[in-house]
Amino acid sequence: MVNFEGMEQQRSSSSLSPRSQSSSQPFLSVSVTDPVKLGNGVQAYISYRVITKTNFTEYQGPEKIVIRRYSDFVWLRDRLFEKFKGIFIPPLPEKSAVEKFRFSAEFIEMRRQALDVFVNRIASHHELRQSEDLRTFLQAEEETMERLRSHETGIFKKPSDLMQIFKDVQSRVSDVVLGKEKPVEESDAEYEKLKHYIFELENHLAEAQKHAYRLVKRHRELGQSLSDFGKAVKLLGASEGNALGKAFSELGMKSEILSVKLQNEAHQLLLNFEEPLKDYVRAVQSIKATIAERANAFRRQCELAETMKLKEINLDKLMLIRSEKVAEAEREYHELKAESEQATKTFETIVKLMSEEIGRFQEQKTLDMGIAFHEFAKGQARLANGIADAWRSLLPKLEACSSS
Amino acid sequence: MMNQDHVLRASQDDEMESLVLHDDAENGGDSSSGNVQQPPQSPKAPFNSFLDPPSYAEAIFTSFDSNGHDQTLENLTRAGSGSGTESDSIHISVSDPQEEQEVTNSLVPGGSSYHTYLITTRTGKSEYGVRRRFREVVTLSERLSEVYRGYVIPVRPEKSSVERKVMQKEEFVEQRRLALEKYLRKLGLHPVIGKSEELRVFLQVQGKLPLMRTTDVASRMLDGAVRLPRQLFGAESGVVDLNDVAQPAKSGRDLLRIFKELKQSVSNDWGGAKPLVVEEDKEFMEKKDKLMEFEQQLSNVSQQAESLVKFQQDMGETMGELGLAFVKLTKFETEEAEFESQRVRAADMKNVATAAVKASRLYRELNTQTIKHLDKLHEYLGTMLAINNAFADRSSALLTVQTLSSELASLHSRIEKLEVASSRIFGGDKSRMRKIEELKEAVRVTESAKICADREYERIKENNRSELERIDKERQSDFQNMLRGFVVNQAGYAEKMAAVWEKLAEETSTYSSDSS
Repeated sequence: MVNFEGMEQQRSSSSLSPRSQSSSQPFLSVSVTDPVKLGNGVQAYISYRVITKTNFTEYQGPEKIVIRRYSDFVWLRDRLFEKFKGIFIPPLPEKSAVEKFRFSAEFIEMRRQALDVFVNRIASHHELRQSEDLRTFLQAEEETMERLRSHETGIFKKPSDLMQIFKDVQSRVSDVVLGKEKPVEESDAEYEKLKHYIFELENHLAEAQKHAYRLVKRHRELGQSLSDFGKAVKLLGASEGNALGKAFSELGMKSEILSVKLQNEAHQLLLNFEEPLKDYVRAVQSIKATIAERANAFRRQCELAETMKLKEINLDKLMLIRSEKVAEAEREYHELKAESEQATKTFETIVKLMSEEIGRFQEQKTLDMGIAFHEFAKGQARLANGIADAWRSLLPKLEACSSS
Repeated sequence: MMNQDHVLRASQDDEMESLVLHDDAENGGDSSSGNVQQPPQSPKAPFNSFLDPPSYAEAIFTSFDSNGHDQTLENLTRAGSGSGTESDSIHISVSDPQEEQEVTNSLVPGGSSYHTYLITTRTGKSEYGVRRRFREVVTLSERLSEVYRGYVIPVRPEKSSVERKVMQKEEFVEQRRLALEKYLRKLGLHPVIGKSEELRVFLQVQGKLPLMRTTDVASRMLDGAVRLPRQLFGAESGVVDLNDVAQPAKSGRDLLRIFKELKQSVSNDWGGAKPLVVEEDKEFMEKKDKLMEFEQQLSNVSQQAESLVKFQQDMGETMGELGLAFVKLTKFETEEAEFESQRVRAADMKNVATAAVKASRLYRELNTQTIKHLDKLHEYLGTMLAINNAFADRSSALLTVQTLSSELASLHSRIEKLEVASSRIFGGDKSRMRKIEELKEAVRVTESAKICADREYERIKENNRSELERIDKERQSDFQNMLRGFVVNQAGYAEKMAAVWEKLAEETSTYSSDSS
């Protein structure tokens, strides 16, 4: 089975398995477990047990268990996205579009795994793991969490938040970010290349993921077909009656066995191959959101710089004519200057963080994909060998039938 | 159809595949490269007629045609082992379809066209060829049905006018050519028909087929209708001609007989006149029921087999598409690589792409072989139809016998009545005596006819029996071979695929979380 947790911890700076709790090395490990369906009808949802083991001093004790639901994870992601601009926030699994599968065992398990991976990636990230919001998420009482969650999901809170949301929506449109409309864009060639890479990458990955998903379906279909075929062959065998009939029956039974193997492989394929690909796509989309943030920061920096220049000119003018507005204008100018410097700092932080993140991202993805490919290969080999063995075992029986 | 797109895409795909695999010298799936370029068409034809070969059958015949010999070798060895010596075996092929113009006397210009096919026959000693059109094949088939009653005669290809309109001309002609070849070969393999004069004439005699062209029933009925009033009025003896007795009423020009037999069959059904059934009929009925049951199951399996082939093909296609997606990713990452980790990933993806593309090819090959084996099922459905025809021959012969029996019975009872009535009249009754004489004559004729009919019925029964025995034996061995072939095939390709995936697992083993 894929072990994202293990891999993530190998990667992070202070890595230790959750089992060995040596108090010298700081560690933080989380597991998302025990999905339980709560509520009724349309209001029904899944809750998870989130177990935190840590020796961080900021945390309340070595172990803490809380109950969380999907929208709590969304809250965490949103907070991190706001506070840690420039860092690629780990992606969340989608809210299921198809109602019918929302509570299917497979979907629930896949989501649980994805949420587990999500939290552990945060817990392994050098900066993100220090987040206060993470602490809140991992430790706060359910009522507190509920309050925070509903507070966040109210749409019209503050005008600036509205602006932010609007910008976010806007920034999803690739044209804008790629600078086809807005004149204010970075002129960094390398960064342009990166942006282009990210957008292209998403397309390629989406296609691969699409085919991976189809492959899962094909396994299921072929499995079902073999089962139907097996049944029909068994009936034919029964109507034949003699040695040949027996041969048919054996064939039918083998077909049914293989049908089961195919269904199992379909499941494995879904969890260990298709899901990692989907995760990859989500990660790229998260990067796109960061790219949008960077664009916003850059724009803000430019706007403030512009405004500041204007204010400076205005101030000089006022000073020249010795207006009493000078003091106020001066104050405003200094305020603006501070803001501008802040905006510049924000932007530069984002740039710096991103360049670190991208390297880390590439490494992580090579690892993640490597594991997925390995599991894919193992699964397919297992299936193929199972099929070969099953059919080979039938041959002596067939020989026996024909000789009689 | 999707033919064009499919071929186009296939060539694009192959281009991309070669991008990945050019440095890969392993044999993997490359062994039978001849088949690879032509992906089998996806089976779209609904499973309606027993006679239509499943559309997937096209693929196998196309691919083996290019190699030339597999299918025919099978036939030759069968002929050789089944029905005797080497010199008995005949090898038939149908080729070179040509379009010809219908020669009409009408004033309307632009007559319709038809296709002729070159039919070459090779026996141990000689070789000959003729050109025939489909209509002549129909004639041959009808003639054989008339002459070889009770035999299980392979069913001829359909006229299929719907398909002719829907399909492209070349496609249709090719499909027909294949069907004709298959049909004629089957005829050649039949122990009796293969040696028949009718078949020989068809295969050998140049020019228009000299076999009697039986007019269709409708026109025969019309002709018969002309005679009907005279028979009813008794002007003509309503008694059946000896020669005609050997033929079922439908092919004779005897409308009255058709009516009589219809009446008989109705009375049989209603259990009015007790049919003079022979004891062994019960055994026959049992056998017939069993065969019907078998046919049902066979049809079911054939349908599922068709589905199975479709899904195997889908699997292969999707695997191929996945491979291509990874080829593109590989190319992309390689070109855009800024970090070493990207190059590593590109290498990994290339391995995945290679494996997927190889697996896809293996699935396609597997499918081609699967079709070849499972096609036997479909073939036997055709045989079931032919068996039903043979049974129908038997039923109609029995009906003739029964009709004559009850005819005789009614004649006898009429004679008896007349004799009783006549004996009451002192000195005899001249007209009645005359009538009695007539009837006695009719009885004599009818008795002869009945002897003929009995003989014919027995002959047909024996044909049925020996044919069923022959077919049963053939079916046993055919099905055994089919099963073995199918299983060996599945196992073999599964092993090849396992090798492909094990290689990929090996190549990605650095990412393994196993302690080994």
